[in-house]
Amino acid sequence: MTITAPSAATARPGAGMKVALFATCANDVMFPQTPIATVKLLERLGCRVEFPMEQTCCGQIFANTGYFDEAVGSVKTFLRAFERYEYIVGPSGSCVGAVRHQHEMLARRAAGDRVGDRVAAVASRTYDVSEFLVDVLGVTDVGAYFPHRVTYHPSCHSVRIAKVGDKPYQLLKAVRGLDLIELPNAEQCCGMGGTFSLKNPDVSTAMAGDKARNVASTGAEYLCAGDNLCLLNISGVLNRTKAGVKPIHLVEILAHSEGDN
Amino acid sequence: MGTELERLTPAPPEGDLLDSPRFPQAAKTELANHQQRTNLRHATTTIRNKRARVVGELSNWQDLRDAGEAIKTRVGRHLDEYLLQFEENFTKAGGHVHWARDAEEANRIVVALVKDTGQEEIVKVKSMVTQEIDMNEALEAEGIAAWETDLAELIVQLGHDRPSHIVVPALHRNRSEVREIFLKEMGRYGTPPPDDLDDQPKNLAGAARVHLREKFMRAKTSTSGANFAIAETGSLVVVESEGNGRMCLTLPDTLISVVGIEKILPTFDDLEVFLQLLPRSSTGERMNPYTSVWTGTTDGDGPKNVHVVLVDNGRTNVLADPEGRAALRCIRCSACLNICPVYERVGGHAYGSVYPGPIGAILNPQLRGTDSEIDRSLPFASSLCGACNEVCPVKIPISDLLVHERHKVVEAKKKDPPHIPHTAEPQIMAAAAWVMDDHRHLELAGKGSELGSRVLGGLLGWKKIGPLPPPLSRWTDARDVPMLPEQTFRDWWKQNRETKK
Ligand code: SF4
Repeated sequence: MTITAPSAATARPGAGMKVALFATCANDVMFPQTPIATVKLLERLGCRVEFPMEQTCCGQIFANTGYFDEAVGSVKTFLRAFERYEYIVGPSGSCVGAVRHQHEMLARRAAGDRVGDRVAAVASRTYDVSEFLVDVLGVTDVGAYFPHRVTYHPSCHSVRIAKVGDKPYQLLKAVRGLDLIELPNAEQCCGMGGTFSLKNPDVSTAMAGDKARNVASTGAEYLCAGDNLCLLNISGVLNRTKAGVKPIHLVEILAHSEGDN
Repeated sequence: MGTELERLTPAPPEGDLLDSPRFPQAAKTELANHQQRTNLRHATTTIRNKRARVVGELSNWQDLRDAGEAIKTRVGRHLDEYLLQFEENFTKAGGHVHWARDAEEANRIVVALVKDTGQEEIVKVKSMVTQEIDMNEALEAEGIAAWETDLAELIVQLGHDRPSHIVVPALHRNRSEVREIFLKEMGRYGTPPPDDLDDQPKNLAGAARVHLREKFMRAKTSTSGANFAIAETGSLVVVESEGNGRMCLTLPDTLISVVGIEKILPTFDDLEVFLQLLPRSSTGERMNPYTSVWTGTTDGDGPKNVHVVLVDNGRTNVLADPEGRAALRCIRCSACLNICPVYERVGGHAYGSVYPGPIGAILNPQLRGTDSEIDRSLPFASSLCGACNEVCPVKIPISDLLVHERHKVVEAKKKDPPHIPHTAEPQIMAAAAWVMDDHRHLELAGKGSELGSRVLGGLLGWKKIGPLPPPLSRWTDARDVPMLPEQTFRDWWKQNRETKK
């Protein structure tokens, strides 16, 4: 089968655009394949990607656990690393959501309105990859090829905090060869919830177990999401049940093109 | 059995609510109850689908939510004025107003009012605030029997149980359990059920009807709560589905309504908004089957003595917190419970309060403070998935308030005297904050884990990280964790992009 070079990729909708990659701390250390895929995808679409080395973490692990003072360092670091950019893009609905939803409150509490305004402005320029592609670059067909059965878990923070809506679905539907299978009870939480999984391990496991069962029931080869920590949680349980469903980040599918194996 | 019969009404379960174990332990116990888990899943799924269907019918649902939020916010801002206006109009209409600072004072007032009537029993309309203050037990201690007349509350009371849900207190029970409770207990406190009672809902309801009818006909005094109290007219409003409320509100001579001070609505017109928001959000109905509005007394019709006890019990403290006060907008519809994945699995009892679920997780520590273990654990009884925010008819940002309450708990812990033992959490968070304050620290930490994964992966041939020590064992007990990668993203970037520049 010959597949012609997809128009979206040849059109290079990101040509001349400078984008700062917000890798997120967990991806940096635990899932480097995801930010690597983000770089390759954005470059394929014509963007010039920069990675500001000063960046660390969005700070939500602190803020969500109630440690507001401890979160402030992360907010300041984020400001230092990204203030000079017009577009900041991260492969995590959860971390992007935290930047947009919490940074301003934390900055105003700790450093007053002047810093709060600056932080809010940077946050408003921070996008989840799926939003950046669809809303800013205006593409849904990113020229990806992934001939597999895939089911998608819309992570809570992607849907309800970052509010990415159906953009991930739009992008997945445009992937050549991909068979998208609906996940039963898709919008229910997988039970990860950051420190929730440690503070309430039994409830968290019960939720992850139900999610894993729903995933297994689809018969998909891959479980896809826009947040690696949800994938880690669900696939951690799936592995135990030997369901054989592989976790994959949305961006890794989108970055996959015909020549890749 | 002997001790039980010394009481007038069925004894609630052992243990003070405040001494309940903290949430994670309580949840573990509840999770092990498989019958209950099945009942809960079935009930919450049914009711939330129903809600979604009737909410979907209204094109102006978001406008109604905005209106509900705005009215309730205004009530919070001028609560003192509205309360005084209510008192004036309620009194003018022939009612009596009593003010109670806390549960103890409220109970003292109610007990005195019932004693004045010379009665030894009362019938009750289901009410959250009377449960909050544990009024039934206060009456029992004074030799007065308080009978619940809501079907689900009756099941809970006869079952020596606690409510598990705000609107459907016996949600955790199925009908065969209800049949057993009725057969075992009903006859000891009034009219018994027929001997051949089966578990058909119709027949169960029939048995309750006969049992309750006797109590309604005899009662000279009743108590209720109120869903709304209207300042402009001095009216109280109760919505319900079974008609038992209507009986309690109209048949007796004396009616004592116990009402939280946040229940005020400024004007009668405001009801329009809430009589749409509440039934749709709570039971998935377009309208409540019974809506009762009463304003003082009327000669020859209804109770001759009408009292309202306005209860603070921590509410003004909530009002004093500019961020936290949004929780006072709550109209107890329970939509947030029905959508909550945590509530769906553990039920209401694990929350150690009459207010369970997401709203309970914020309201209890707000009303009671953060001194007890259970109140300190409640704000963490959520994965912050945010589903509750979207269904709340008065737009309470529940997950933001959970985080706000978590912060208060953390601050309280930091101030605890040194003899109180704590986990290492504050130190872990401080260390992690140091790592995240500066990328050079993060890189150092990254190096550590790279090394770790190489050593473990290379020497031991592990494909996955094995069991981790506590507290991480809570994770790895139930899940496999993949090995850490050999290279961080940062290092990849340095090798593949920076050097190329
Ligand atoms: S917090 Fe909102 S959703 Fe929950 S019971 Fe109150 S009004 Fe209903």
